[in-house]
Amino acid sequence: MKIEVRGLTKKFGSGTAVGDVSFVVHEGELLGLLGPSGSGKTTVLRLIAGLEVPTAGDIFIDGKRVNDLTVQERNIGFVFQHYALFKHLTVFDNIAFGLKIKKWSRRDSEQRVQELLGLMSLVGLGGRYPHQLSGGQRQRVAIARALAPRPAVLLMDEPFGAVDAKVRQELREWLIRLHTDLNVTSLFVTHDQEEAMEVSGRIIVFSKGKLEQAGSPADVYEEPATEFVARFIGSMNIVEGVVQREQVQVGSLEFPAPGFADGQKLQVGFRPYYLKVAEDPTRYRQQAKLRHIYFLGVAYRLEIETPDGLILRSRMNKEEFRRCRFTVGQAVSFAVTHFRILPQEGMASPHGTETSRPLTGPLTP
Amino acid sequence: MSSHLLLNLALRSAAVGYVLVLIFLPLAALAQQSAAAGLDRFLQDLAAPQAAAALWLTVETAAIATAINAVFGTLSALVLVRYEFPGRWLLNALVDLPFAIPTLVAGLMIAAIYGPTSLLGTWLQQGGMAVLYNQPGIILAMLFVTMPFTIRSLQPVLMGLDRDQEEAAFTLGASPWMTFWKVTVPSVLPGLLTGVFLTFVRALGEFGSIVIVAGNIPMKTQVASVYVYGEIESYNPQAATSVSVLILLISFLALLLLERLTRRPGERLPRLFQWTRSRDESGNDSAVPTAAI
Repeated sequence: MKIEVRGLTKKFGSGTAVGDVSFVVHEGELLGLLGPSGSGKTTVLRLIAGLEVPTAGDIFIDGKRVNDLTVQERNIGFVFQHYALFKHLTVFDNIAFGLKIKKWSRRDSEQRVQELLGLMSLVGLGGRYPHQLSGGQRQRVAIARALAPRPAVLLMDEPFGAVDAKVRQELREWLIRLHTDLNVTSLFVTHDQEEAMEVSGRIIVFSKGKLEQAGSPADVYEEPATEFVARFIGSMNIVEGVVQREQVQVGSLEFPAPGFADGQKLQVGFRPYYLKVAEDPTRYRQQAKLRHIYFLGVAYRLEIETPDGLILRSRMNKEEFRRCRFTVGQAVSFAVTHFRILPQEGMASPHGTETSRPLTGPLTP
Repeated sequence: MSSHLLLNLALRSAAVGYVLVLIFLPLAALAQQSAAAGLDRFLQDLAAPQAAAALWLTVETAAIATAINAVFGTLSALVLVRYEFPGRWLLNALVDLPFAIPTLVAGLMIAAIYGPTSLLGTWLQQGGMAVLYNQPGIILAMLFVTMPFTIRSLQPVLMGLDRDQEEAAFTLGASPWMTFWKVTVPSVLPGLLTGVFLTFVRALGEFGSIVIVAGNIPMKTQVASVYVYGEIESYNPQAATSVSVLILLISFLALLLLERLTRRPGERLPRLFQWTRSRDESGNDSAVPTAAI
């Protein structure tokens, strides 16, 4: 079922947790609400669930306005960050809780619980108590409990926040499979951009109670609509300079900025893998010193410092790195192959659709 | 044996010895005194009309006081934990007052409010609900001295209770009332049971406030502890011992029951009997047997 919020606002005292937010979660979609802690994303989830009352705005589930429905009447499944399992009940009784409340017959609910235990790989654990389970198992019980009464939508608050890194990875893959199987409209909150990228079909980025951008993981990554998104999603070098003759000057670096007026201050961003570094000082035009080498497992990150004192990050795959034989402290040359002029604070989208592009001219070899 | 182990052993022995000297020895002495007179004498003492009436009255009034304090203590604990209001800290401090003041003083206070010299006392008497020298007086005195038990046993568990669990119940369709009964109460049940049982056994033994508020009218307001006192005063220690032993037995059984009821699901043995256990779940060394009640 579709979820839609329009102009959703929530104020706590004098602060605004959520400010005039509108978005749609399409039928059957798995959508991630991404933002740093305190950005209001959990409040949005609780507002949709009916656990908080909005200061303004409307919430629609399946086309019906639900503002005046209580949390009990909204037919949502909610997964809490810290599981919130009923400690005095067994796994079986936890999952059956909602079915009992909704007065399912004994046979139906028994069957439904067994079905969910199977689906969640929890077979044989029905008689255990929550304190006898691992973190990953508890989380799966929490999801099973939320799904048992066949909710219209599934809302999850940091579903993998409380489990360790390895289990988190397994749970992510498992959640994607589960969503493909069940196809229930799902909305989840996370502060982990990698998790949002991997799990969601679409991402909504939040900051300070405002919606920054909505789009596919690739859109949000490649075409950040705001400076915040550019900084928050993935890693990006961001430099600032003043426009002169349609070029942004950042020390000895020059970035073409056609259409911008002279004297305007602009921010330019480029992903680390668009920063090419060579140990041969004549290979590229720009000069720098290699400050650090970080081994990342799948790749290497190089940190270089330009003569103007700018510190930039470059990412390099292993093969390339091995060919180069870098040593820390040596002189290197570099070039930026792609960049973006970032939208300024308060500006929705900078310059029509003009975005990432290959750089020609002075910076290429 | 290393010095660490020796120290450990010494600590354990000291702890066990402390409990033995302070609690077990007097208990054993009383039981021995009672046993020396024989079972027939024991039963005879209990069957004496005045003793039987006192015992029955004690159990009855203690049960009523316990039920009342279970309900209102739970509500008070909920309000104290969950709601902010001016003067909450003062109310919270007042809760411990019954622990702090002598029970005789408590009795005097109750007598002052409900006695014939006060407006409330006069009014209640006219309405046929005399409190002083009557059974309601006994219950009131018991309520006063046991009031902290339920509140103080529940407060920490209520504070530790995740609101998430209650919200989870809401999202699954449970009304606030259903959530209270199916989630809140079961979650705090060990605390609640502890409060209830402590209230009951404490009420069974209350003396000072009751003797002032309800007096010593045989067959009417004479509770077991007051009866025991009277028998000792009239040189009949055997009857006093018999009644005392029964009250002790009831209290001990109640505490044993509490121990069983508050076991966590999944635990194999009652903690009471785990004398050899050296480590609990949190990995702390629990050298001291947990039989001390």
